[in-house]
Amino acid sequence: MSNMLNLKLKIWRQDGPHSQGAFLDVEANDIPEDASFLEMLDVVNERLIADDVEPITFGHDCREGICGTCGVMINGQAHGPEKATATCQLHMRKFNDGDEIVIEPWKAQAFPVLKDLMVDRRAFDRIVEAGGYISVPTGTPQDANATLVPKEVADTAMDAAACIGCGACVAACPNSAAQLFTSAKLGHLNVLPQGQSERWKRTEAMVETMEDFFGSCTNHGECHDACPKEISLDFIAFMNRDYVKAKIKNRSLASQ
Amino acid sequence: MVTLDAKIPDGPIAEKWDNHKFSVKLVNPANKRKFEVIVVGTGLAGASAAASLAELGYNVKVFTFHDSPRRAHSIAAQGGINAAKNYRNDGDSVHRLFYDTVKGGDYRSREANVHRLAQVSVNIIDQCAAQGVPFAREYGGLLANRSFGGAQVSRTFYARGQTGQQLLLGAYQALAAQIAAGKVTLYNRSDVLDIVTKDGEACGIITRDMLSGEVHAHSGHAVVLATGGYGNVYYLSTNAMASNVTAAWRAHRKGALFANPCYTQIHPTCIPASDEFQSKLTLMSESLRNDGRIWVPSGMDDARAAAEIPEDERYYYLEEKYPSFGNLVPRDVASRNAKTVVDEGRGVGPLKNGVYLDFAAAIERDGVEAVKERYGNLFDMYERITGEDPYQRPMRIYPATHYTMGGLWVDYNLMTTVPGLYALGEANFSDHGANRLGASALMQGLADGYFVLPYTIGDYLAPKLGDTPVPTDDPVFGNALSTIAEKNRQWTDKRGTHGVEHYHRELGKIVWEYCGMARNEAGLQKALSEIPALRDEFRKNVKVLGSGEGINTMLEKVNRVDDFMEFAELKVRDALHRRESCGGHFREESQTPEGEALRDDENFAYVGAWEWKGEDNEPTLHKEDLEFETVQLTQRSYK
Repeated sequence: MSNMLNLKLKIWRQDGPHSQGAFLDVEANDIPEDASFLEMLDVVNERLIADDVEPITFGHDCREGICGTCGVMINGQAHGPEKATATCQLHMRKFNDGDEIVIEPWKAQAFPVLKDLMVDRRAFDRIVEAGGYISVPTGTPQDANATLVPKEVADTAMDAAACIGCGACVAACPNSAAQLFTSAKLGHLNVLPQGQSERWKRTEAMVETMEDFFGSCTNHGECHDACPKEISLDFIAFMNRDYVKAKIKNRSLASQ
Repeated sequence: MVTLDAKIPDGPIAEKWDNHKFSVKLVNPANKRKFEVIVVGTGLAGASAAASLAELGYNVKVFTFHDSPRRAHSIAAQGGINAAKNYRNDGDSVHRLFYDTVKGGDYRSREANVHRLAQVSVNIIDQCAAQGVPFAREYGGLLANRSFGGAQVSRTFYARGQTGQQLLLGAYQALAAQIAAGKVTLYNRSDVLDIVTKDGEACGIITRDMLSGEVHAHSGHAVVLATGGYGNVYYLSTNAMASNVTAAWRAHRKGALFANPCYTQIHPTCIPASDEFQSKLTLMSESLRNDGRIWVPSGMDDARAAAEIPEDERYYYLEEKYPSFGNLVPRDVASRNAKTVVDEGRGVGPLKNGVYLDFAAAIERDGVEAVKERYGNLFDMYERITGEDPYQRPMRIYPATHYTMGGLWVDYNLMTTVPGLYALGEANFSDHGANRLGASALMQGLADGYFVLPYTIGDYLAPKLGDTPVPTDDPVFGNALSTIAEKNRQWTDKRGTHGVEHYHRELGKIVWEYCGMARNEAGLQKALSEIPALRDEFRKNVKVLGSGEGINTMLEKVNRVDDFMEFAELKVRDALHRRESCGGHFREESQTPEGEALRDDENFAYVGAWEWKGEDNEPTLHKEDLEFETVQLTQRSYK
């Protein structure tokens, strides 16, 4: 059987978006070190329920690090101390017996707290709806091999497309900026040959929608350090370049 | 009286779909905007259907319990998607993919549906590539392929180990474009709690807004369920935590027949559970079996570390029993054999609940770097979860519930036995028979959503031109709303002894023990008495805190577990009645002398579709006989 940890937790509790929140102190004893961080919260919740206290609400689903639903601040770090790891894939063996762990929701104006550790990230969907797609209605497009995509290009697109939309980048950013998320979607679509027709329209629309919700980027790089998929900061540079070009190209047909 | 009419079109197998597309009724482009279609679920099937219907001009309302459509569990599929492109020049064809799928399903699927699936598979790849799905490429820029799950041809397309994620993002992006265009209205964080019918036809749904707690009625000309499978009836599975059977089950209670609920795929390569608090199991890609050797100690209760067990005291059971396929036998065979050796007392790991998957030979043969190149991300994932380094010591694996082949019964048009109610993707039963081949789930979800439903739904809608949807103030909605609101109120009054999780875990133990990898008459009978007893105890003694207002995760879960409690009984009943082994359904009484699944084509070559008869009555079985005109039925053999 696995070793057990005794932990002191400070967990943020908040009834709703407009309620006052406060920390709940929990002595979490006998936590198996093989448990994941969310399984540790499951154990805490089962004990709260036994004491007739409502369980802590937190977002989670696949628990494989791919759906992007989970994510909390752990001792001030988005997704906690392990690099390139979403909260659900963080395991308790990364902590020591007797540790104090402070658990808070993502903190950003664009991500209002819904309850306890769960936040509203719909602003991300609005950015994608602004242009994060290639317009090809279902039908019979050309054969998939008719457009060649060099391996390096496909690999770069995939590096960007690996984003899981968890929001850790925003939570980690001192400005609550969403440049890494937005540039990852733009990087995916803008490097591919299929994405060229709408490139400039897409870039301008997505960047400006992003700015309706989020703060501005000042190149701290905290987003990259927090990202469970290690999305590169280079995509932000590509996005900025494309945005400048887009502002000119979108002015008139002649400039294309 | 229910009659099962599969509506399989006439003509030779290869012409059925084309004939059908010509014979179905069409809705004029200008008239499509006069129809409202409700789509439940935003995984591959739901998102692709919603986007495609909206592109055609229909008004679509799409519902998900997630915060964003992109989070549906299709996102977690790793391996790839099959298509009969024959890009490798290795002899693949639509007919071969069709044949492999029928055979792989152990001859318990409908030929016509499977052939259509193979036909449209090629369109899926074209569509996804055009959307910008970053499939793996060769250096020359062509699409890369690999062989997957023991297939004899390389027909699997993939995007690293994240194919499901990339295909879902493609469908999600297509959906986002339609949301922006105003053709799709998205209702996120909405739990569907009932399907509403009027005069026998589907006319809408009841949802609970998971933020406010309010229940709402939504009406439409047709309702499409793309709500996934029922794997979480086992509690521990590779499904996401919130995956559930609720929408499908409540449709079943409203008259939709449920087909083949005993068919469940158990995936052989998952990480074994480490303790009682384990919340889910994690799949390790099947590709690991290409290089890993599976073994257990030959002696019972051997507590030595793997490295201390000499070669002649290791039992490479798959290599010994199946010399030609070895470690690459199909999923069901690999899973059952792992269970056998663990049950014999040869299991490894602290809980003796796993078998070794050993890469030492591959590392010695090809070098660490080559192995890292192939499986590096999987090895990292394994180490993150278990704290063990698979380069130094063998992985421990054990089978886990992964996919469910059964589902709502649908005809060739994907319509359930309730007119106007459709089921897509894993939620229906139609294409995989008793066992699904690797890289075929993504194919089927997208086939249904992109290329089947958009054609077939017109056949139902066309005659309804001019009809307005049933208004939500109609008594059928009022009654449904008050029933659901009352049910939720009753749940939140429960202040019993145990939380919901406890009962779900207990249910899972029963279903896994008696209706898991191997089943027998006595065990199934036992489950059939234990499940209703647990259900009664659950309904009496469950504890649900908080109120129906606002976010209440316990209330969400209690509804889901309640439906699993009812569904589990039907699943066991189906397994009990099917006194043959086929694919993922292994009845110990029906096996070959070598211990392989033994079908009984004489008596069981049919789809078992169950009709709900009320809480106090046994369900009625209806049979759709399976006729095989093209494929010869044979005994599968992997010796």
